[in-house]
Amino acid sequence: MNKLIVSPSPHASTIESVPSLMYGVIISLLPALGVSVYYFGIGMVIITLVSVLSCVLFEYLIQKFVLKGKPTHLDGSAILTGMLLAFCLPANLPFFMVIIGALVAVGVGKMTFGGLGNNIFNPALVGRVFLFISFPVAMTSWPVPGQWMKYTDALTGATPLGLMKEGLAMKTVGEIMPGLPSSLHLFLGNMMGSSGEVAAFALLIGMIYLLYKKIITWHIPISILGTVFIFTGILWLANPDRFADPLFHMLTGGLMLGAIYMATDYVTSPMTKKGMLIYGVGIGIVTVLIRVFGAYPEGVQFAILIFNGFTPLLNKYIKPKRFGKEVSHG
Amino acid sequence: MRLKTFSRGGVHPPENKLSAGMAIRELPPPELVIIPVSQHLGSPAKVLVERGDEVIVGQLIAESTGFISTNIHASVSGKVLKVDRFPDSTGYRNMAVQIQVEGDRWSEDIDRSDDVVPNTVLGQEDIRKKILEAGVVGLGGATFPSHVKLMVPKGKTAEYLLINGVECEPYLTADHMLMMERSEEIVAGIKLLMRGLGVEKAILGIENNKPDAIGKMKKLTDGTPIRVQGLKVKYPQGGEKQLVHALLKREVPSGGLPIDVGVVVFNVGTANAVYEAVMKSRPLIDRVVTVTGKSLEKPSNFQVRIGTPVSYLIEKAGGLPGDTAKVINGGPMMGKALSDLDVPVVKGSSGIVVIRDEEASRKEVKPCIRCTRCVGVCPMGLEPYLLMTLSEKKLFERMETEKVMDCMECGSCSFTCPSARPLLDYIRLGKAEVGKIMRSRKAV
Repeated sequence: MNKLIVSPSPHASTIESVPSLMYGVIISLLPALGVSVYYFGIGMVIITLVSVLSCVLFEYLIQKFVLKGKPTHLDGSAILTGMLLAFCLPANLPFFMVIIGALVAVGVGKMTFGGLGNNIFNPALVGRVFLFISFPVAMTSWPVPGQWMKYTDALTGATPLGLMKEGLAMKTVGEIMPGLPSSLHLFLGNMMGSSGEVAAFALLIGMIYLLYKKIITWHIPISILGTVFIFTGILWLANPDRFADPLFHMLTGGLMLGAIYMATDYVTSPMTKKGMLIYGVGIGIVTVLIRVFGAYPEGVQFAILIFNGFTPLLNKYIKPKRFGKEVSHG
Repeated sequence: MRLKTFSRGGVHPPENKLSAGMAIRELPPPELVIIPVSQHLGSPAKVLVERGDEVIVGQLIAESTGFISTNIHASVSGKVLKVDRFPDSTGYRNMAVQIQVEGDRWSEDIDRSDDVVPNTVLGQEDIRKKILEAGVVGLGGATFPSHVKLMVPKGKTAEYLLINGVECEPYLTADHMLMMERSEEIVAGIKLLMRGLGVEKAILGIENNKPDAIGKMKKLTDGTPIRVQGLKVKYPQGGEKQLVHALLKREVPSGGLPIDVGVVVFNVGTANAVYEAVMKSRPLIDRVVTVTGKSLEKPSNFQVRIGTPVSYLIEKAGGLPGDTAKVINGGPMMGKALSDLDVPVVKGSSGIVVIRDEEASRKEVKPCIRCTRCVGVCPMGLEPYLLMTLSEKKLFERMETEKVMDCMECGSCSFTCPSARPLLDYIRLGKAEVGKIMRSRKAV
């Protein structure tokens, strides 16, 4: 008789795997990708392809030649990092900058910490922030939607958040608002902004898919969005001339992309539900503080990175509720 | 009917109840049986027979040796070939009595009729005594001597008797079929246990994937103090603490027992064995075992004598399929993989699951991506990913403060890990080390 396999229990395992989860997230990004291609045309296609291919290639090269291990570049995580990086760049960014961003995202953001599962900060955001600091002009020239065949030659403009920030120096919210896209356009994504962050509705569809497939839980996205809504709502009620309404804040900038995709990155977010809620509320508060009182028009990226840094601390001190109270023995 | 369940953690492994609906078939005794003297939790029984002795079915061959221990009986008639150490399902060699089967002669004391005797005048003491005499242990798998559970410690009171008809392990159907075919015996057994414990209320919990059993038991218990409660299908609902929580919303304390919240839990199979022991004077000499597997020709529920080799059961279920790579004693979530198919069926054997090649090997271990699934599914509210890391780094004292000893090894964490990390392996290792530390502290 052939020899029997002996191993400890359990002898059954889930059908989920790292690739199935990663590709699940990638699938959920497709509606947003479609909408972005619709608005930004060829530019979106170029930066997405360049970003994904460079992330996969850098992951392969580093694993093979630097770490000298078995490359896992096709497990979906590098593709996902590439997509998310592209999503938070302007669609007219020169491709060499995209390649640099990908190198920093994968090389510095992920591999220096030991690869998948070990990084403290979200790799795509590390790449984005590096580019933001290195190429501040290119990173803040946003193509006007609808120029299908234009890439780096596209006409550019400012984001609604940028216009709001600038405008508030001289004017009231009521005077600025007519110059901005309507809420419907904001919802549909017809505005200047990072390539993948514009279409709130498509990102929300992605979130519903992720929740339905149980790839993520509601705790992080809902606590971030809820906090931003409540915090900006309080400010708006206190002084509607100085502070934009909560809906405006919900639909602009990288909030949806950040709350649904960046902050929910498994590796860099907390391990317990309670921890996730604290993390989400923290990200929401810091986002609003930067947007409303800080120097930058948008603060989601920094808020997430800051709370990525708090994640180990949250994991250490926030414990799940254990089953059964302690009893004293004898 | 409103279904209940426990609230923290849990998983939904594929049920694969292939042998559901297969009537229990009584197998004739094999040629040789090996009856270990330690089939229960607690101290091993002391052997009373020698090589060459003639024994009959139901004869005491090893007696209880302490407070937590119980009796062992001959399950067949014949001649004792050897009293020696034999390999058993643990993989180790342990003391056992090997009997060459000759005929099928039964002890006169055993009532072998099929008549169900529903009532008795026996008191608490007598019931406990009969259970000990018959060597009844928990048949759900933990094999804790049943008479001990009926002795409520001083200062504690039993309010509820809970009967576990959950059978949450995938594949297994022994309890299901037992509830279908021995329902009256089980009800009588539950009444005996209630009397033995001195409680007025009993609840029988059955998962909703056995609607026929729920219906049947409901009908039979109508008008009795026994309540039948349907439960949502979720593993590990058959875990004692989970069942208590599902049925009564009471949390058994960490390091405590159900009696700390006024509850005692028995399995349906145990209720049946208690009935047989008390009303029929029939010791625990056989049990129902599910023999199943996707490639097996005839997945079955067999009533087999204790000590029967596992290989004999597989033979009767159509023989070992060619693509077999693993054979599990018990269910796939908590059962033990066997290295030798000649090991005997013991009191705690609820099933033999034959696993095919493609499902037998573990998947490649990937890095932890901190997806939080293991934390989410842990029914005890532990953090398996953390416990594994601590165990790898040999930080055992820290594991103790992280409550590793609460782990009941249900395997939900390892099951659910998308990176196929051996979480439970490392947690077990840690538990063993923490156990040593705790014992050495006690010794000082």
